[in-house]
This record gives sequence, C-alpha cells and structure tokens, in this order.
Amino acid sequence: MTAETTTSSTRRPEALDRVVIRFAGDSGDGMQLVGDRFTDVSASFGNDLATLPNYPAEIRAPAGTIAGVSSFQVHIADFDILTPGDVPNLLVAMNPAALKANLQDLPPGASIIANLDAFEDRNLEKAGYHGNPLEDGTLDAFRVYQVPMTSLTLEAAKETGAKPRDAERSKNFFALGLITWMYTRPVETILHWIEERFAKNDLVRAANLAAFKAGYHFGETAELFDHPFEVHKAQLPAGRYRNISGNVALAYGLIAAGQQAKLPILYASYPITPASDILHELSKHKNFGVRTIQAEDEIAAAGIAIGGAFAGQLGVTATSGPGVDLKSESMGLALSLELPFVLVDVQRGGPSTGLPTKTEQADLLLAMYGRHGEAPVPIVAASTPSHCFDTAFEAVRIAVKYRTPVILLTDGYLANGAEPWRFPDTADLPDISTPFATEPNHDGEFWPYLRDPETLARPWAVPGTPKLMHRVGGLEKEDGSGNVNYDPENHEHMVRLRAEKVARIARDIPPLEVDHEDGARLLVLGWGSTWGSIKAAVRRVRNGGRKVASAHLVHLNPFPANLGEVLARYDQVLVPEMNLGQLSKLIRAEFLVDATTLSKVQGLPFRAAEIEAKILEMIDGR
Amino acid sequence: MAADQGADGGAVTLTRKDFSSDQEVRWCPGCGDYSVLTAVQLLMPELGVRPEELVFVSGIGCSSRFPYYMNTYGIHSIHGRAPAVATGVAIARPDLHVWVITGDGDALSIGGNHLIHALRRNVNMTILLFNNQIYGLTKGQYSPTSEIGKVTKSSPFGSLDYPFNPVSLALGAEASFVARTHDMDRKHMQQVFRRAHDHEGSAFVEIYQNCNVFNDGAFEQILSKEARPRMLIDLRHGEPIRFGPDRELGIALNDHGEAEIVTVADVGEERVLVHDEHRPDPTVAFALSRLAEQPTMPTPVGVFRAVQRPTYEGELQRQLAVAQDRQGPGDLRSLIESGGVWEVS
Ligand code: SF4
Repeated sequence: MTAETTTSSTRRPEALDRVVIRFAGDSGDGMQLVGDRFTDVSASFGNDLATLPNYPAEIRAPAGTIAGVSSFQVHIADFDILTPGDVPNLLVAMNPAALKANLQDLPPGASIIANLDAFEDRNLEKAGYHGNPLEDGTLDAFRVYQVPMTSLTLEAAKETGAKPRDAERSKNFFALGLITWMYTRPVETILHWIEERFAKNDLVRAANLAAFKAGYHFGETAELFDHPFEVHKAQLPAGRYRNISGNVALAYGLIAAGQQAKLPILYASYPITPASDILHELSKHKNFGVRTIQAEDEIAAAGIAIGGAFAGQLGVTATSGPGVDLKSESMGLALSLELPFVLVDVQRGGPSTGLPTKTEQADLLLAMYGRHGEAPVPIVAASTPSHCFDTAFEAVRIAVKYRTPVILLTDGYLANGAEPWRFPDTADLPDISTPFATEPNHDGEFWPYLRDPETLARPWAVPGTPKLMHRVGGLEKEDGSGNVNYDPENHEHMVRLRAEKVARIARDIPPLEVDHEDGARLLVLGWGSTWGSIKAAVRRVRNGGRKVASAHLVHLNPFPANLGEVLARYDQVLVPEMNLGQLSKLIRAEFLVDATTLSKVQGLPFRAAEIEAKILEMIDGR
Repeated sequence: MAADQGADGGAVTLTRKDFSSDQEVRWCPGCGDYSVLTAVQLLMPELGVRPEELVFVSGIGCSSRFPYYMNTYGIHSIHGRAPAVATGVAIARPDLHVWVITGDGDALSIGGNHLIHALRRNVNMTILLFNNQIYGLTKGQYSPTSEIGKVTKSSPFGSLDYPFNPVSLALGAEASFVARTHDMDRKHMQQVFRRAHDHEGSAFVEIYQNCNVFNDGAFEQILSKEARPRMLIDLRHGEPIRFGPDRELGIALNDHGEAEIVTVADVGEERVLVHDEHRPDPTVAFALSRLAEQPTMPTPVGVFRAVQRPTYEGELQRQLAVAQDRQGPGDLRSLIESGGVWEVS
C-alpha cells in the first residue's frame, strides 16, 4: 500500500472520542520529550489521558537498532479513561527499528506515520529488515503516511543558521508539529514552551520552532491527510486539575505530609532508576525546609534518614528493588528503634539489575518479609500516578503516628506515567502531627519504650530536650525502660508487641471498598498500578452484559479489616499481578481463599483486554 | 565549665556523674575501653555542653556499647553505619554535638564507605576510632588493621591482608581534622578529644586501645612506660618535631618529601620539621603518618591536621536560607498549582 493521496475540500476536523498515539524513535531522537509535550498540551486542553513511556536502560544504545528504540504512548479521550490504551491507533515511527519494534502492537487499520528519510538501506539493515517495509507489502493492513521528516526539517531550519547536523536533531519537533495539527491541539502553548525551554540556546530554539511550524504546516498544506481529528474535552468531575507524573506527585505528597506533620523533611537517597526523579524534584524545593542528601550508597541513605528521625525530622528515602535489598538491615533498625521512617520502593523488573527502566510489582513479598527476624512493617501502594500523592501522605501519617518504618510501593509505570490530577485543596489536608515528648514519664525518669496504650507507639523524645536523654539501639530491649534485655520472655513479648502495633493500624484505615454489581460471583482483587487495567477490563465485561465485582488494595499490611469478609462473599477471586502471584500468596495464607492469579511479568502493564479475557474465561468456566 | 541552675537557684557545676548513665559497664576487666570512657566522662563537664546537647552514635563492636554508658542521647546502630546515622542527626540538628564511637572493624571494614564520605563532606562530628587491631566482640578474628601474618582463629596460617593505617586513610579521605592518641594517657586523650570537639567539621581521632583478651600488648612496643620516650613522637603545633629520652631525635623531610628520623646533632636543628597542623595541603601530614608502618616503630601521636573548611550542614543551612530568600517560604498551594492548571465545572 502506498501513501494516501486523497484531496479533501472540507478538511474539517473529525471528532474522535479517544485516540492512542505512540511516538517511537531512537533513544536519541527525543521521543520522551515530544510525548511529554503532547501530553501536557492535551491535559491543559481538558482531555483525560494516561501515558506509558518505554525506553531502554542504556542511555545511548546503538543508534538505529531495535535495542535503542524509545517510545512514548499517550491515550487521550473525551471521557474518563483508565489506562494508556491497549493498542495504538497511530504510530509515529522515526526509523525502521522503531517501526519493527512496535509493529506487532498495532491492530489492523491503525495508522503509521513513517519518517521516509530514515528508511534507507543502512537503517533497514540495522533494524533487521531485508526489504523496505514501506514498499514490500508488509504494511498492507495499515494506513501509512510517508513523510520525509528529516529533509523537511533540514529545509525548514536552513534560514536559522543551525548546522545541518544540529538541525537534524529537531525532527522530533517536526513530528510533534504534524501531530499537533492532526489532533487540533493548541499551537501557542507548545510554541511558548519551546521558547522558554530553549531560551538559553538561540540556534536550537530557532531550529526547533522552525521544525515544529514546518510539521504543522505540512499537515495543513500537504493534503496527504484527509482531515485533522479532534478529541473534545473530557467531562471529568468538577474541580481544578493539572497534569502530573507519579514521581512528582510522590514528591509533592511528601512535602504536603511534612507540612501537615509539622516536620522538616530529611530526604536521603542514592541515584537509581526509576526513583531518581523524586530526589530531583525534592531538591528543587529547599524553600520548604526540605533537606535532600545524595548519599554515598543505598545503606547510607537509609542510615541518614534514620538519624534524622531520631533527631526529630521526617526521615525519608526512596529507591528501587536493588536498593531495598541493601536497606533491609536499616529497616530492621528503624523497626527496633521504633522511629518514623518512610522507604519508597519504585519497583522495576528484577531480580538483580533486571529491567531498570521497565515496570513490575514483584517486590511485595520483599516489602512484607525481606528482613531477618520477625520484622513487620506497614505497607501502602499507589494505584495511579496522582495517587502517589495520597499514598505518600498516608505513609507519612502512619509512620509518624505509630513511630514505625513504612514501605510505600509504586512502580516504574506509575513513576513515569502521567494523568490529569484533580488536586486537593490544601486547606482540606488533615493535621497529622504528633507532639514530641517533653517531660519524664516514669517517676521522674524518661522511659523511651513506655507506650501509648491505644497505638502502642513509644514516645518520641528528640535530642536537645532536657531530662529526656536516652539510648536506643538494635539490641533487644526491655519494654518500657528500653534497657538492653536478653530475657527470653521479654523477647517474645517484644516480638508480639511489634506485630500487634502494626496489626492495630487496621483499625485506623478505611475498609476495602468494593465495586460490586448485583449478581456478581467473581471478584477481581488488585493492588498497585494494575488499577487502571482492572477497572477498564471490568467496565468492558459489564458493557458486554456480564456481572463482575472489583476491589483494589491500598494498604497491603495490615490489610483492611473487612478484607476476609469481602473475599468470602465471592465464589471466585481473580488477582491480576505483574509478578507470579505474590498478593495471591498472602491472601491464601491469611484467609484460606483459593485465589486465581493472572500473571504478567514482561516489564509492561497489563492490557485491559488481557484481564477482560481472563474474567470471561473464569465466569464462563471455560 | 557548664553550669546548671540548682533547686535553690544557685549555679550547680556539672560533674562526671551527670554524663554517666546508670547502666553497668560490661567490657572485659582490664579492657582499654574503660580508660577511654573515663577520659570522655571526665572531660565532658569541662566542654561547656549539656548532656541533652550530646548525641553519641555507634555501630557494632565492643567499643560501640559506649553510648549506653553515657547519660546523653545515643544510638547503638548497625555494623559500620554509625557515620551515616550520625550524619542524619548532624544535618537535622546542627545545634547538637554529635560523637561517633567506632572500631577498626566497624569503621574500616564493613563501614569503610561511610567513614570516608563523612570525612570528605566535613559533617560536624567527632569520630573516635578505637583501634585494637582485632575483632573483639566476635572473639578474635584479624581486623583491617591487624599486621600481615597475624595468627588468629580465622587466620591460623597468618593473615594475608595488608593493613590500613587509619590516620593515612583519613588524610586521604580529605578529613579536615586528624589525630591519634592512646588509652594509656588520659591527659593526652583529653587534650586531643577537646581539640576534636572544638573543631568545626569532621574530626577523626584514632585511639590505640588495648584488647587484653584477644590482642593483648598490641601496642606494648610503643606504649610501655620505658618505650614511650623513644617511640612516641608528640606532635605540637608550631614546634620542631623532636623526641627521644633527651630529645636528641627529630623528624626531617628528605629530598623526596618523605618523613625521616634524624639525629638532631647530625643534621642541625634547622632541618628538623616544624609541625604545622594548619598546612592546607595534607602531604606533609601524610608523610608523618607513614613514618611508622606499624605501631612497633616510633609513632607520631597528637594532631596531624586541623584545617578550616565549611561544614556540610552549615552549607546546607545556607542553601535552605538562600532558597527561602529567592523562592520565598514554601507555599504548598502554589507548588501544586505550578503545572498548567485548568478548571472543570
Ligand atoms: S574483647 Fe577486647 S576489646 Fe572487647 S571488651 Fe574484651 S578486652 Fe575489650
């Protein structure tokens, strides 16, 4: 098939309710940048959206190869959507490798915009093509638009004086310009952004502006395309919105929690993908009194945060799986010291170095059990990018109130994915502060482990307070006095007490909400970033006239108090997880429920269709 | 002298008792740790600090029990991590006085990374490294400061590991204050500790400490009463470095910049190195630290280096203040609304 050559006289935009666009190119082609831009402009335009960035672990994998392909998928819609979209409607392929790496995801009839200039012999060969897919019928099932983006970009940038080698790098903005026209996005916003972002480099700014405009005008005038499309604003719940990614939401959540806990944040971490952006974001906000420290290693990051907690600040560290391994011993210390401390695990594909830039949910059991001894810690997990704000706040609330380390689980998909966020009014955020101890509490002495009878939290006495000098450590201590104690009975008492303290948090968290439908016999139970795919799958099943219920866990330890009762209401329980069945194991062990696992461990989130198929299979007993 | 308001309103002088906890001290009888503890507890009332302003942070090992015996704030943390935990305390509360108690295994083996990074950052803390050249708590394995060939339970045929020289290591790690003392001389310890406490930034003190159970007499050759005049080279700022029963020996730098022992009468007084703690470049201090490969040869003690450099937490405080100046005090609402905001009605 060849390029479309229809001429249209009307060229009026055709309205779509939703579209999924995937930008794909070399990792040096700037696909994440233009994907982000398209997302932001769509968000502020008022669409609902979800994104899925996907890039190689190598900073610059060999150019032109499949290994070096980087992509950014964005789903925009005029209604509330839940996932970045199962399959793209449009693929922008900047070179043959980008085409080859993404083609299998396209449904028949999807559109492809290919950078014609890049489809020459050398690139085709590097991508592993023997012929030219643009010519040999490989793409017969698709609508293909061949656009010489590189040469048009060079042509457009000529007058800016940029050297061809530099100007060529603006071709991602050509693509962005073209897509901006195709989907009738506001042009001014992007022009303004380019002006600001490249304010310091005249040549680059001029070349990017020229390329963007050229792409836009190409769409308008080339008549290659029938007509543009438009996706109207979504009817989202009333409120004020902004677009936000998971890592930024998490950083904001910590800042908000610090403020509401009346504690300065002491954030120590070691650079690791995909958690580093939290450090980057927090380090910009020192005016909030946020202290950020890039530690010498993962262990030091945890130690510094714990030292900060002892001294009366909000100690936080974030990392990914490999860092959690290294911080296990420190978690045990924080648990034994009974100090507030938040550890964020932005999960990625494991084991070992695994898939640094890909998503996975396989650290649940690590969070639950990855320490020696009986060492329970509360665990909360975020469901969507903006939910990272709420869960960061919740993790801090629990840590401070119960004087305990808390693990917050997010993942690579949430960290880098973005969505519109109806942000809270800051005036509505609860006060989560806790008073420091100021007076001796036991016959004129200070006993550091004399507990609050309700929460079992110990008093938090910070250095500098007269008369409350005390020593804490990792050795077993006597309850109450806190003195080192090796007595057998005392040890068992302390082990049980620490478990009870965490278990009691169940009284202080909301019951699990079930999205139930009369007649549903199957419950889909999820946790973490599978939220959107599960919701979308459930919607589809219901639209098909079948009955299904769903529920999503935010608190993984302790579980909501009603979980057992909820599970008992259904004949079947399906747990979709990006691991081999870790939540299933926990609920089987705890509630003797014969849960079915739907696993996916490919470094990619579930497609709604995959979960939908499994639900139907289970309902129909197929 | 620190003074407290007594019940009758009069000033009460703090004493050793105010800095001693009620916990029974549990080191082996005769352990060098006792004399260090005594030196520190006796010194505290003279430093003009109050017990609540002090935080003692330790790792794991015999000496790391130290914080339990001090009536101050204290954390007995995990093996090797004391400098990291102490960094957190110091950053959070620059008004406190943070002391790190560690040993040769704790600081130089499992915690080597944290030690060197605390030193280069110049976090305001006093680090006392109890060097007994052995693992005591785990009952006698060779440590990173044990001499080559050392026969222990874990090295029946002799240790193969080349040892660290803690002072050289600290100097190499950009420490702004480096000193050495030993458990046989309370006065010397207290002089050095006081200097370390007064120093702004990371102050590193190596203490030769005898483990009479697993490595008795490790420092005998330099610390016995008879040996000291010949074997201990007392570094005093601004003075020519001389030692020997009749101060007949001195230290001079040779043509390669290495420190050498010379007979003063032979080379002339003007060749004897005048000790300068404040020399910005650590090369000469390093040369002094290399004089004795092991504490079996004439060994310098005292302050090797004391230079001024901004502290980590001081600079961090400055950045916080600058950020407030430039961006104004943090306002959560405007932070959240910093992305493009739109309204759905
Ligand atoms: S084992 Fe050695 S260092 Fe440890 S307490 Fe006994 S004598 Fe002291």
